[in-house]
Amino acid sequence: MSTPDDLKIAAKLRGIQKSFGDGESRIQVLKGIDLDVRSGDITMLVGPSGCGKTTLISIIAGTLAADEGQLTVFGQDLRRLSPAGTTRFRAKNIGFIFQAFHLIPTLTCVENVSVPLLIQGISHSKAEKKAKEVLEKVGLAERFHHRPSQLSGGQQQRVAIARALVHEPRLIICDEPTAALDAHNGHIVMELFEHVARGQDRAVLIVTHDNRIFHHANRIASMDDGRVIEVHDVDAAHPPPDHLSVHERL
Amino acid sequence: MLRLALKMLFGDSAKYLMLVAGLAVATFLMAQQTAVFCGLMSWTKSTLKNVPAPIWVVEDRVEQVNETNPLLDTDVARVRSVSSVAWASPLYSGIQRVRLESGSFKVIQLIGIDANTLAGAPAKMLGGDLMKLRLPHSVIIDDLGVQRLASKRGEKVGLNDVFEINDQEARVVGIADAVTSFTGGPYVWTTYERALQYVPAQRKMLQAVICAPREGVSLDQAIADIRRETGLKAFVNREASFEEFLGQMRGQPTTNFNVSTVWWYIKNTGIPISFGITVIVGLMVGIAVSCQTFYSFVLENMRHLGALKAMGTSNSTLCLMLITQAFTVGIIGYGIGLLGTAGFAFAALKNEQPPFYMPEFVPFAVLAVILGICTLAALMGIWRVSRLEPAMVFRS
Repeated sequence: MSTPDDLKIAAKLRGIQKSFGDGESRIQVLKGIDLDVRSGDITMLVGPSGCGKTTLISIIAGTLAADEGQLTVFGQDLRRLSPAGTTRFRAKNIGFIFQAFHLIPTLTCVENVSVPLLIQGISHSKAEKKAKEVLEKVGLAERFHHRPSQLSGGQQQRVAIARALVHEPRLIICDEPTAALDAHNGHIVMELFEHVARGQDRAVLIVTHDNRIFHHANRIASMDDGRVIEVHDVDAAHPPPDHLSVHERL
Repeated sequence: MLRLALKMLFGDSAKYLMLVAGLAVATFLMAQQTAVFCGLMSWTKSTLKNVPAPIWVVEDRVEQVNETNPLLDTDVARVRSVSSVAWASPLYSGIQRVRLESGSFKVIQLIGIDANTLAGAPAKMLGGDLMKLRLPHSVIIDDLGVQRLASKRGEKVGLNDVFEINDQEARVVGIADAVTSFTGGPYVWTTYERALQYVPAQRKMLQAVICAPREGVSLDQAIADIRRETGLKAFVNREASFEEFLGQMRGQPTTNFNVSTVWWYIKNTGIPISFGITVIVGLMVGIAVSCQTFYSFVLENMRHLGALKAMGTSNSTLCLMLITQAFTVGIIGYGIGLLGTAGFAFAALKNEQPPFYMPEFVPFAVLAVILGICTLAALMGIWRVSRLEPAMVFRS
């Protein structure tokens, strides 16, 4: 029987393992990951380069298959889905924010933000209407018809966030969302995530090295050498590590 | 998503223009060169068009209409004696030189027809009177001759103007509409007897006998009878069909002088190889430019395509996007290339050279080739995209 805590869990990972290569060149990147990503929370995944963070979020996103272990996203075992089923599941339930934004340079902001809706087969006019609403919410009402090259880095990131939110996914996966932003823009972006996670009860999973944003997290999962070595619940009694990365502190 | 695909394509203007230009050049080369080749081949049989007789009887070794292998004068009577022949007339056809009033020389295709029946006279007169051909020193020239046989550039030859053939006077009494000859020289009609006066004497001067079957006798029956009863080779003069050319390729003998003539040029001259090489160059340009540019376009967009794939775009949608992009540039390039060919055709037909004739199947065949090139280019992109791991977008 599901407990209230289970109902809050967006992604549940147990014993996740992943290797690349064959024979002597085989490298085990994930060595048995256990992790819960909860709705309504901002969960941050931190750790040194090469510790397996990107591989882990790729597996959670369903863009990479785990070798061993159990993964359920909103109660759905992704290993039971066909590749096409996984693609449809991802299109409906997961929003992505990439480190390099990956906005299509030849499309306007509205068109870029419309993409997830168009993928789901929503008509062009409805998709653009919804895209404009979300762009207004992220403060880019004046930039509807600008192309990414005409925007600052912070504005491009907000377009990418609008694109990740436009189809109202229940899980948002962000890869270094503030890495290319200054402190001010990083703060704006994180406030948006807080609103999305806590105000709209969605799960936000952020991979980051940026300790300036740790205080926005509800949980910080530290990874090293393919394992989650600590999960730090952030609250008034347990503030996030100050000015040092979790890895350095450990 | 297809609309976005087109926006992605048009947004990269450098690659888009390169793709369209490559396909337009390929279309132009393939369509224009094929049409010029077909035009040139149609010129090889222009004498058959300009001397509209249903049956041509020639010496046994003759394979094409421009080949001269004369007959005996008595052969006209032998052909007339065949029971299935309604009428038969002598014909002279040969290349001669004309001396203009200015003293310069021009090459002409001289046709000598029977003065009594005027069988073999031009089908359409643009001016003058065909009957006046029976008057002394009279000739009829074609519309090309009106310009070519003028003393000065820009002037025109009119009725009653005079030039010389082999130091003998030739007075223009009519102007006819005619197909340009293979040599590019104008057609000049006169009577058979006068043609023999114009031309330096040889033992045998009769080039061909033109005739028609009796009513109720088929052309095939008539030529079979002529062959059997005279031992001469007889051909029908009718429009060549594609099937007849296919028959020639398979080595089947033909009784159509048009097919036999065109096939002789295909078989015995380097013309098809020369034009064929240019068409192949067009094809190679199309393949090289389009495939290379489109593949490079796909590679440059790989991260965006990966992002789309990560966000839930299916492989089939991505493939459809690539096919839409490839076929769009294909259709636009084809349209521009065909427009260029039409411009060339307009100029060629206006100047009556170079030869230009585009059979109906050519635009469709070129379109099929262009779409084939686009399919190849799209398949290269699809192959790359199908191997794309969406997880790559998380690796910066």
